[in-house]
Amino acid sequence: MEMLEPMLAAHPFLQGLDSRHLKIVAECASKVNFNAGEFLLREQEEAGRFYLINAGQVAVEIFRARGGPVAILTLGEGEALGWLWFDKPYHWHFDARAVHLTRALALDVKALMQRCEQDHELGYALMKRYAHLLAVQFRVMMLQLVDFYGK
Amino acid sequence: MLNSLADPMLPTPFRVLKVNRETGDTFTLTLEPPKGAPPFAFAPGQFNMLYVFGVGEIPISISGDADKPETLVHTVRAVGAVSRAVCGLKKGEALGVRGPFGVPWPVAAAPGWDVLVIAGGLGLAPVRPAVYHLLARRPQYGNLELIYGARTPEDLVFRRELERWRGRFDFRVHVTVDTAKGDWRGSVGVVPNLISRTRFDPAQTMALICGPGVMMRFTVQELLNRGVKMENIYVSMERNMKCGLGLCGHCQLGPVFVCKDGPVFSYDRVRDWFLMREV
Repeated sequence: MEMLEPMLAAHPFLQGLDSRHLKIVAECASKVNFNAGEFLLREQEEAGRFYLINAGQVAVEIFRARGGPVAILTLGEGEALGWLWFDKPYHWHFDARAVHLTRALALDVKALMQRCEQDHELGYALMKRYAHLLAVQFRVMMLQLVDFYGK
Repeated sequence: MLNSLADPMLPTPFRVLKVNRETGDTFTLTLEPPKGAPPFAFAPGQFNMLYVFGVGEIPISISGDADKPETLVHTVRAVGAVSRAVCGLKKGEALGVRGPFGVPWPVAAAPGWDVLVIAGGLGLAPVRPAVYHLLARRPQYGNLELIYGARTPEDLVFRRELERWRGRFDFRVHVTVDTAKGDWRGSVGVVPNLISRTRFDPAQTMALICGPGVMMRFTVQELLNRGVKMENIYVSMERNMKCGLGLCGHCQLGPVFVCKDGPVFSYDRVRDWFLMREV
């Protein structure tokens, strides 16, 4: 777990989080690897873990019954995967699949939520970061909707 | 800048040497000057007026290599009567050329600096000569990166060249699309979002941007957020150029004529007009 704290501290998502909180987050974290093609999240699955990506690339996809998967976003080094894990009904809305070999830190959602309930300062620090992440994603999605490179 | 051709209002008939289909509606034409004419000297970022005899004339940026002036290269998307006629030309047919016109990318003014080249859609064509220039003089620059976005993988132009550039160790290339099916191995997302994946020293970075207005607007904003100075951000503006000499006024944008004072402007020079909705 000691090894995880520096890795968590170095990830842009948790940058600036104080050492006491980093230690708590580290208790909920583990290192994971995904080979190309392996799923990190599946639509409708329980939101058990979200991911801080250290290396590689992940495609967030929507599966269409006739057309197959369509990638709507890719995430890479320094980015976080898994939105709305703290919102009911606590399941994923999209698929996410490794495009290349991907290394990440997985954070256990239930354990983390429990720690946030116990320590509201930690909860606030994480929610601030999540609000920023969601704002960025929201803006990106809006730009994708306007036909950015339109003719 | 002086024009390569003697009378700037008189089109010179070039001959089509080769036509490459880039996407469903976009073509790259390689043109040859008339026999005995001097090589067509131009600077990266300049444009020509292309005249399809009997149809009309349109401004098109030069997409070829300024270090190879023996031929002239233009990449055109078929969207209107003239551009459709240009794209329909066959090998051996003639096309009138006036130019080159306009202010080029200031690539020579950035020795030692990091350079970000950022393009969206067909905007890769006007910056391609700048990329050729930078790569041909690679040791003179710091970190070089290209960010290129398109709607889908099928809409990417210069695909083979992009793959070749990606293979270089001294040039980072980021390609992104809005949506993609399962076999796409690149990024999905918008161009401004990829700026966070690039490496540069904001104090010594020059950014060259070309693409649709909305893409340039949000890209400029992201670069400013990351500390790049306004005067080091260059945008290529598109307006209704007609004469190419700043005489007719068709391409006026506030106090400037895009054909003569641009199409490349530093952002600080056009910021007020860039953000104005009525012009």
